[in-house]
Amino acid sequence: MHHLLPLLVAIPLLGAALLVAVGRHLPRIAAEITGFVVSGGTAALALVLLLNSSPPMVEWVGGWLPVGGESVGIVVVGDGPSLGMAALVSLLTLAALAYSWRYFDEPPRGHPGAFTALMLLFQGAMCGFAIAGDLFNAFVFFELMSVTAYALTGYRIDDPKAVQGALTFGVVNSLGAYAMLMGIGLLYARTGELAMAKIGRGLDAAAGHGGADALVLASFVLVLTGLLVKAAAVPFHFWLPDAHAVAPTPVCMLLSGVMVELGVYGVWRVYGTVFAGPGGIPAADLTRALVTLGALTAATGAVMCWYQRHIKRLLAYSTVAHTGLFLVGIGVLTPQGDDGVALYILGHAGVKAALFACAGVLLDRYGCLDEHTLHGRAREMRATAVMFAVGGLGLAGLPPFGTGLGKAVTEEAVGGPLTVVYVAASAITAGAVLRVTARVFRGLGPRPEEADADLETSGSEEEPETTGPLRRIPDTMRMVPAVLLTAALAVGAVPGFGDLVARSVNEAGSGGAQASAQWTVHGALLGLASTALAVALAGLAVTRPHWTAAPDWSRPLRRLQSGHVGDYVAWLLMGATVLGVLALPAVLGG
Amino acid sequence: MTTVMHVLPYLVAAYVFLTGCYGLATSRNLIHAVGCLAVCQSSTYVLLLAVGYRDGATAPVFSDIKPGSRPVVDPVVQALTLTDIVVGATVTALLLALVLQIAKRHGTVDPDELRELRG
Amino acid sequence: MKRLRLALLALGGAGLAALLVAACLDLPGFGGRSHPYGTRAVHASLTRRAANTIASVNFDQRAYDTLGEMSILFAAVLGCVVLLRQARDEHRAQPQPAEVARPVRRYALIVLPVALVTGLYVIAHGQLSPGGGFQGGVVAATALHLLYLGADYRALERIRPLAVYETSDALAVSSYLVLGLAGVLAGTAFLANTLLPYGTFNTLSSGGTVPLLNAAIGIEVASAVVVLLANFLDQAVEIEEEHGS
Repeated sequence: MHHLLPLLVAIPLLGAALLVAVGRHLPRIAAEITGFVVSGGTAALALVLLLNSSPPMVEWVGGWLPVGGESVGIVVVGDGPSLGMAALVSLLTLAALAYSWRYFDEPPRGHPGAFTALMLLFQGAMCGFAIAGDLFNAFVFFELMSVTAYALTGYRIDDPKAVQGALTFGVVNSLGAYAMLMGIGLLYARTGELAMAKIGRGLDAAAGHGGADALVLASFVLVLTGLLVKAAAVPFHFWLPDAHAVAPTPVCMLLSGVMVELGVYGVWRVYGTVFAGPGGIPAADLTRALVTLGALTAATGAVMCWYQRHIKRLLAYSTVAHTGLFLVGIGVLTPQGDDGVALYILGHAGVKAALFACAGVLLDRYGCLDEHTLHGRAREMRATAVMFAVGGLGLAGLPPFGTGLGKAVTEEAVGGPLTVVYVAASAITAGAVLRVTARVFRGLGPRPEEADADLETSGSEEEPETTGPLRRIPDTMRMVPAVLLTAALAVGAVPGFGDLVARSVNEAGSGGAQASAQWTVHGALLGLASTALAVALAGLAVTRPHWTAAPDWSRPLRRLQSGHVGDYVAWLLMGATVLGVLALPAVLGG
Repeated sequence: MTTVMHVLPYLVAAYVFLTGCYGLATSRNLIHAVGCLAVCQSSTYVLLLAVGYRDGATAPVFSDIKPGSRPVVDPVVQALTLTDIVVGATVTALLLALVLQIAKRHGTVDPDELRELRG
Repeated sequence: MKRLRLALLALGGAGLAALLVAACLDLPGFGGRSHPYGTRAVHASLTRRAANTIASVNFDQRAYDTLGEMSILFAAVLGCVVLLRQARDEHRAQPQPAEVARPVRRYALIVLPVALVTGLYVIAHGQLSPGGGFQGGVVAATALHLLYLGADYRALERIRPLAVYETSDALAVSSYLVLGLAGVLAGTAFLANTLLPYGTFNTLSSGGTVPLLNAAIGIEVASAVVVLLANFLDQAVEIEEEHGS
């Protein structure tokens, strides 16, 4: 079985290559069917491997099995989290391809399969990153994932905003990747190894009884900088709204639903395998760093989300807020925290992808993504309205959504005052989504007044992603969000699924400690509380707009999102320094 | 070799990385910014190759030397650097393609004048 | 805003600089003897009879990294084809013939075959001497573009049917993957170098599948660079904005 692990990468890449090779002579529909078959086949393989991942599998690519514990090959890892992420990637790619079926923009002339091929490359790259057990190999797939994502983000070259957002995305993420590579170079210099587990053991051996030194700290900071840029943690997050607001909708579904989460997964994997030993970064220091950055990310994301009128940007900031919650969850380093985050990521992927899909329908129907301009215009779209509202409730963590279960389990793991962060961030982001639902789909409340035009991106002049504005919404565009929402619901509602995920996550990490992931009265009540708060916030915003309008103190925060790539680079350096300061006691204490 | 020589190549890598970052943050032209990104990346070549060097060693190619007759430098970092170079070249190409489209759609390549995405 | 950026840059840069310098002081001295992975790689390369250890690392021991690397190039080329396509408000113009100074023309036409053969030589000897598919592919692809310098764009376009290069790029990627899958089908492992005999040390056919993977990369890189340059040159030479838009 373990021999099949690299096929998770090879199949989508081969599909993409063959599509480009014969794509010139294929009608568009044949290219799209090939895309379905390939990404669906990969999804099936990922699921089969996932069902067989206990005990976790390990595969040495090229058959370079270790001799006396030493190998020259590359190791890939098939455990619950890695295959779970690969399966999520593949299923979401399938959904995105189904969503773009036939109606998505005219492909480039002579390349009818180009979009599908790029999506397959993106899928293969994300699967490769998920199963990587070798640090340099992880960097390679990280870059492949980035390169495809830049091209997909800038896909609509006729839109000036799209190319600008894609470039910002490209510069910031590539710089993060190079920082990560410097960190890998430092680790290689210290240990002479590239497989994550071997580096971890090498660090422990080199440290003896001394603990971490400056080199370990620097490599930790550099590697985490790369991963946190991808995860869009504050202050590395600025690229995300710019890229997500302009990427084609099917691409947004993947970027927000799973690529950003792969950054969080990378942090979990790299810390657990490389830096968790006695020669690495002590647990207390990691917790300080991740919980601080995570809570800041959640707060910033939630506040910025609330003050958006561009619907895709609003959803993008809600992804920032939720990534913050994921980071706090893995930061506390408990088995229960890991389980909660795993479930939260699964539920969030379904809900967020569905919300983006609904926003895409608005864009294709009205050529506009501005909450203010669209006020009351989408009354006719009943089904989409219902799905948007349900998505909002899912974002708040309404039981029995998967997001709710994940949030409840994580809240229990983090405990104490951090619970407030979870309730507040999920309620504010969900409140913003429900506010959009009420205004755009129901026309409730007065039309909001114009203000702060110099501070925001309105989204009132956008081009539909279809060949022209749609008169009728195709069934595929309505089915996909419905299926995604059902899946997000099933994650939390199917009895025993939570425990299944928990077992498979804990088998891979957590040193064999077991935790259970079930609904508790406490958790369900907190979920209901967030939902009630979200509904109340939305109601307040609609009926009393001036009460919830942007206060003066939010202006500097909004002005930081300047759209200037130089600012974002300066923040990246600052972020690396902050990360170093937060983890500094690791070195001083040793 | 002196102690300075033992760390100098690594310090060069750090210096090159920070220089690239400075250029990237203060750039007034996106083509220049993409160039600065390539400078940042060059620092990783310097670091990797410096890490793999061995005193008095030659290239790890045995077509004209007898295996074991001379020390060779670490072949793994050389392979990693090759991968890194290919990654860098392709990322640069892709980003330049985006800059080209920015120049056409916005009529400028000065990041100070790109004002569409804010807040 | 600008002042904030400079302040952040100074503070963040100083912090990162301090961290990096401290890390450099902790690194093992430059030129040290201990390279455990490197030593193992040399040993493994010799047992598989590949004279160029770097080729053995790239196409055998860490061939999976090279798969990712090749895919990055493939994705970037596909991305450039998509990003540099003709936009809605653009049309294609016929490239104009250009005057070229005679010495330039003569030099380009003499060097072209030499450069092309050099590129192919570097690809073919990848497992024996420094170089290989990546390096040779770039040399071969740029050799063709001497025609653009020595004659004009139309001459280049005649010997450069883009569709052929795009297809060969994709087929080279496919063949690398198929060679990898053959290992799985044979029951060993993905990209396992166990299918072919390792041959005689220091000959063209040594190293098992290394020369095949190397050749696939050579074709891929050469085609990819041609397509990549063509897309950029098209922007400069052929694609124009519609008047009045």
